[in-house]
Amino acid sequence: MIPHLWNDLEGTFFPESALDYMPESRLREVQLQRLKAVITLSYEKVKLFRERMDAKGLKPADVHTLADVSKLPFMVKTDLRDTYPYGLFAVPMSEVVRLHASSGTTGKPIVVGYTAQDMEVWKQVIMRTLYAAGFTRSDIVQNMYGYGLFTGGLGLHGGLEGIGATVIPISGGNSERQIMVMKDFGVTAICGTPSYFIHLIETAQKMGIDFKRDLKVKRGVFGAEPWTDQMRQYIEAASGVKAFDIYGLSEIIGPGVGAECDCQDGLHIFEDHFLAEIVDTKTLEPVPDGTEGELVITTLSKQAMPVIRYRTRDITAIETSPCKCGRTCRRIRRISRRSDDMFIIRGVNVFPSQIEIALLKTEASLPHYQIVLTRKGGLDQMEVRVEITGEMLRDNVSAMEQLQKRFGKSIEQITGLHATVTLAQPGTIPRSEGKAKRLLDQRNLST
Amino acid sequence: MKIRQISIFLENQPGRLSALCRTLADAGVNLSTLMLSEAGEFGLLRIITPDADKARAAVEKAGYAVTASEVIAIQVPDKPGGLASVLTALDQHKVSVDYMYAFACRTGRAIMIIRFNDLDRAIAELQKLGVNVYKSVDLFNG
Repeated sequence: MIPHLWNDLEGTFFPESALDYMPESRLREVQLQRLKAVITLSYEKVKLFRERMDAKGLKPADVHTLADVSKLPFMVKTDLRDTYPYGLFAVPMSEVVRLHASSGTTGKPIVVGYTAQDMEVWKQVIMRTLYAAGFTRSDIVQNMYGYGLFTGGLGLHGGLEGIGATVIPISGGNSERQIMVMKDFGVTAICGTPSYFIHLIETAQKMGIDFKRDLKVKRGVFGAEPWTDQMRQYIEAASGVKAFDIYGLSEIIGPGVGAECDCQDGLHIFEDHFLAEIVDTKTLEPVPDGTEGELVITTLSKQAMPVIRYRTRDITAIETSPCKCGRTCRRIRRISRRSDDMFIIRGVNVFPSQIEIALLKTEASLPHYQIVLTRKGGLDQMEVRVEITGEMLRDNVSAMEQLQKRFGKSIEQITGLHATVTLAQPGTIPRSEGKAKRLLDQRNLST
Repeated sequence: MKIRQISIFLENQPGRLSALCRTLADAGVNLSTLMLSEAGEFGLLRIITPDADKARAAVEKAGYAVTASEVIAIQVPDKPGGLASVLTALDQHKVSVDYMYAFACRTGRAIMIIRFNDLDRAIAELQKLGVNVYKSVDLFNG
């Protein structure tokens, strides 16, 4: 309870955030020390990493400086799939206290594990995230991230309890109830996906509730999907809620890899736990700070599942100027796009290949298809247009409707998401260079 | 006795039906009759034509999803309850109608195109009832 004496009610000093302000030279020392330790641990315990190091003729002792990290082999999402479920764990299961999973590329999820210390680290980085966004222990926080295997809900939850806020673990969905709780419970801060919150703003309007007049919500931490400054402007103007970006991915720890501070000018990476590199998307060579490229992350303190040089596929750049807030942890620009074809809908990662598998499970041969993403009333919608072939066609309207339903069910089984399936005439889906354009993202990111 | 029917998948969007009809016209296909069944965003166009092979080749070449099936064509007894008595008789033999559509030929006779769940059985029972089952599309106008 002692830390709370430091920030009783509206206090502004949070001991947990002290690490955000570590002198840079000290921060780099900590990083190097932890980098060496995590590489040694991985080399000893994780077969896949050891084999890749051996293939390159590298030993843990070859890492002398932080820059030496660029010699090490990369890890990619399929490595998690190929070693499903526990192949990348570096500790016995008796040390693992929590598992989470996210959708993988082939229907099998990707599994991540945490030791008790990992859970503590996760809690700490979320606390630092929340403090950076101005949350305090006097806040009543509605956590609208999904609870369960998804890292969002329980990840934020741990940090919210850590700062001593009052958590309402409401999870997603049931929009009218969300507004009712917000009003009746006197909610002052929220966490969730930005698109869902925009949907809630519109729900409140329909219910005759004015966010600014009738509700007390002042701050929100939003993430788990890409969003833009236009969306932020809309959220802040329409609801009066100051909106902060949070970055993370299950493979690394979940939410809490990086977070915005009050300056809302890029996301501070919690560099004492995560080593960030930016590499050229084609050559995979490191690029200088300020240059855009793919974000590559090494976990510096993870025990259960240390991840070395994980290619996030997120495109960003490291900010070169120091932040006005005084934090020394470097910032990345907000994620604008990805280097692969993954898309995020309602906080769920989806690859077009998952849709392909779903369609193949329904019909023996893969039809031409297109995924069309739209946003209605702030909510993401996925439509999958499937071109009908002569072989698929039956002279029976209800058989065709059944086929449509089977496609939808198969997509839902693999992605966990509802999709509207539309049957299309052959040749109506545009093809680029002979290959159909698989993804049409028409979500207007401005609202 | 069985008549070939060509079914074409169409999206329920403006211009799709007219484009298909244009394809058939350009191929010189003469339609005897047709029916469009729609289900929300899509529909099935079923056509009966003496030029079934030509029609199928033309629409397939134009890129449509096409399937052929068999139906039967009968001349409906020209009296009140004529169709009812035929269908009632078939019901007793568990022969049921998947779908049907009607048209009048040039001589004014009403012709029903019917897809039964069991075509062979239907033909046999209809013939027992003395119903005129057309042998081919060419006879519609005779």
